[in-house]
Amino acid sequence: MAQLDLRELNNTEFPIPDEMQGNVAITSLSKLYNWTRRSSMWPLLFGLACCAIEMIATAASRYDLSRFGMEVMRASPRQSDLMIVSGTVTKKMVVPIVRLYNQMPEPKYVLAMGACASGGGPFKEGYNVVSGIDMYVPVDVYVPGCPPTPQALLYGLIALQKKIDGQSLANMDDVPWYGVGPSEPTPVPILGPDIIDPRQMDLIRRQAELAAKGLPYGVRELPPLKPVSTPVLSKVTPKAAAPAAAAEADDPAKAERQRKRDEALARKRAGEGAAAVAEAAPAAPASGEKKKFDKAAMLEQIRQRKASKG
Amino acid sequence: MTDKATMLEQVDVQGAVALLKQQFPDAVKDDSRQGYSGVIVNKDSLVEVATYMRDQLGFDYLSSATPVDYHGIEDSMEMVYHAYRTTGGSALVFKAQTDRNAAEIPSLVEVWPGADFQEREAWDLYGIKFPGHPNLKRILLWEGFHGHPMRKDWHEAYYEEDHKPFESRWPEGWVRRAEEMNVYGKNVNYPADLDLSKLSDVSEETLYNDLGLGTSVQHLGSDDQLKTDRLVVNMGPHHPSTHGVFRMIVTLDGETIESLEPVMGYLHRNHEKIGERNTFLHNMPFTDRLDYISSMSNNLGYALAVEQLLAKGARYSPPTYRAEVIRVLMVELTRIVNHYWAIGFLLNDLGAFFTPALYAIAEREKILDFFEATAGSRMMCNYMRFGGVFKDLPERIRSVAVKVNDMVRDYNTMDYLTELINERIPRSIDELDTFLTDSEIIKSRTIGVGYLPPDMAIAYSAAGPLLRASGVPYDVRRAEPYSIYPELDFDVAVRYNGDIYDRYIIRLDEMRESVRILKQLLPRLEKTHGQEIFAGNKQHTPRVPVGESYGRVENPKGELGYYVVSAGDEKGPQNPWRYHVRAPSYINLTALGPMCVGHKVADVVAILGSIDIVLGETDR
Repeated sequence: MAQLDLRELNNTEFPIPDEMQGNVAITSLSKLYNWTRRSSMWPLLFGLACCAIEMIATAASRYDLSRFGMEVMRASPRQSDLMIVSGTVTKKMVVPIVRLYNQMPEPKYVLAMGACASGGGPFKEGYNVVSGIDMYVPVDVYVPGCPPTPQALLYGLIALQKKIDGQSLANMDDVPWYGVGPSEPTPVPILGPDIIDPRQMDLIRRQAELAAKGLPYGVRELPPLKPVSTPVLSKVTPKAAAPAAAAEADDPAKAERQRKRDEALARKRAGEGAAAVAEAAPAAPASGEKKKFDKAAMLEQIRQRKASKG
Repeated sequence: MTDKATMLEQVDVQGAVALLKQQFPDAVKDDSRQGYSGVIVNKDSLVEVATYMRDQLGFDYLSSATPVDYHGIEDSMEMVYHAYRTTGGSALVFKAQTDRNAAEIPSLVEVWPGADFQEREAWDLYGIKFPGHPNLKRILLWEGFHGHPMRKDWHEAYYEEDHKPFESRWPEGWVRRAEEMNVYGKNVNYPADLDLSKLSDVSEETLYNDLGLGTSVQHLGSDDQLKTDRLVVNMGPHHPSTHGVFRMIVTLDGETIESLEPVMGYLHRNHEKIGERNTFLHNMPFTDRLDYISSMSNNLGYALAVEQLLAKGARYSPPTYRAEVIRVLMVELTRIVNHYWAIGFLLNDLGAFFTPALYAIAEREKILDFFEATAGSRMMCNYMRFGGVFKDLPERIRSVAVKVNDMVRDYNTMDYLTELINERIPRSIDELDTFLTDSEIIKSRTIGVGYLPPDMAIAYSAAGPLLRASGVPYDVRRAEPYSIYPELDFDVAVRYNGDIYDRYIIRLDEMRESVRILKQLLPRLEKTHGQEIFAGNKQHTPRVPVGESYGRVENPKGELGYYVVSAGDEKGPQNPWRYHVRAPSYINLTALGPMCVGHKVADVVAILGSIDIVLGETDR
């Protein structure tokens, strides 16, 4: 670990005399807390799947996690500050994970490493897979990748350090552990016929009542995917033109820029295929009209693009 | 052994099938379905036929036993068995069919104890009962789970359609998040008869009760001089030495192990169910995530299995010579990577915390750099294709400097490989050998511990270094050669003591043999430089002719087999009907319990480390 440099901590407008520089620091309690916390983040020694191998590689000599004060991986949750969820969370495994999380002393942080821990990843549809650990415990940092490279994991850990730097003693919404008394443990899921989250018990009970009456249960009414209205181009164009006219009155240079942009946009749209533009507004996000997929046209476009490249 | 028996053991598979039909005319008939091979055995005389196969015909090694659900085609389920001779040769495939509604097939645990976990898996996922099985309970899921999920008519919460690509994604192109469609916003689905008043988590209780154990301490041994207690120790799933999320329940008498029960499924991520929905090519990246330390070898096994099926069709051309050379290059490098890892972490388990592992990982990184330059990913290479490989080797291995501890790399690929194979790897193997092999502590911790006799190793269907360290020289690369292994010069590493020490030594031997193979590959790579890596058309969704195939390779951890069935569409389906992985880590664990009995509790982690398991493959 780097040598202790008190100047890192200085956080107030009170000037420190030159001769005291490096010996005395005037700082806020938040900053002191955060600085100590971020510099000795001890992860839980805990691997789930493929990502764990990259986590070990990160801790090994080439990527060297100890530069960040994080090399002390503890096998006991009682001694750790950070849980790196490194891999696919299954329904069978989420029970021990929640229990481990509850056993970690506050302040505690969770880093979801990889696609599976963040949202189920490639195995999301599986009957035994949880769609991301954030369904059960709060996550501070998500690291994408399958698996994330050691560099990506390091970047995620640095992001976590930055997050800690920004936390404040005064804001209890941000950091629950500064509240009065211990915080509530996360309810541990139950392995019934399928995994049961105790927080959803009311919903499950209502659905079970429906099922007992022979009514349809477990069904969700969803709005249709296709948007109802489809605005046409002729209605959109005047709206876009109006601010340009207003701007012209204020600032001629700005109006000139706006006009050039509009022209360029029109040229671009014309190039994309005149037929489609005449009917719908493809670039406007407000219009949700779905373009019908035309495979032949797409192939033709690709061919043209290749030909123009030579 | 009589002369007649010796003669019978030498007949080839066709001869063996003929003998079987002659011996059991009523029970055995040919599997005459298109694209299938082997025989169908009447389930009532299955045990009798299997015993004859093992004792008279010499098929002493049961490689794989897996169910297939033919719901919608034949309305039956069947168990498919692949039996081999440990002297080499191809498989005797036999099947036993049963009704779907009252699925029941006699257990073969008495004949081949290696069928134990595989039959439990069949019960768990397919609901087939095995009368005669000593311990038939769920293995991958928990007690109380609703239904048997691998059945074709069982649908999970996020079920959308039977086959990919889904209609909604193609050609319309919209996607709706699966959580939105579920009323609970989660991947859950409860049966209609869910009774919340009786809800309690019984999985743990059942686990201990089934073992015949209470959780209380029992006083033992009042006759002996030393008074001991019997107690139950739970290790895992969160434990630093279980190589992932593996769990063991150990019963101890004092500090001596009385019994050990492995509990798994904590990483059961439904590989096979997802695999049946994917197209054939979709499964390639999923195989990477089986044994995630040796993804390249996993790719090869699956490619071989599907190529066997494709070869029955018209529009298939086998891989070119250069593709085969590159495949073997990758696979052998993977073996070295895996054994570095295995040795490093075996030493971790023995108490040499992290120093040997750090040396091993540092060497592994050099090989990963080459993989990354070639396939684009360090670990999940997704490199092989049906009929070739994804890409040729790059001309140069390059990187730019990034902030995080990385130097600029720029090497000619062949120079890099030559240096790696001729100097770096042999040097680091010697380094491990020098510092570890003669270490007094390692010797006293490992010699004579975890002994597995050769006949037991065969009976438990152990594979890979575990089998060969017990004195059985069985290596798929020699027993049933594939790719260009017949023309390569190498020896099958074998050791005879069957303890942890020999399992460690044999990994060093295998790495040296791999280096020997790699040295022979370098001139072949030079010679084929610039040649095609893909002979046929590159097809994204090939139509695979109907039939079954079993592709197996010698993975670093043992024999990895893929049983693939293509059925359900006359023109040749785009999705596998059944996609099963015979995972060496999973089946090797059958021997863990018997190996541990009688040793001290501290030896458990060392014995487990010497098997070298990976949970991605164990639980799938």
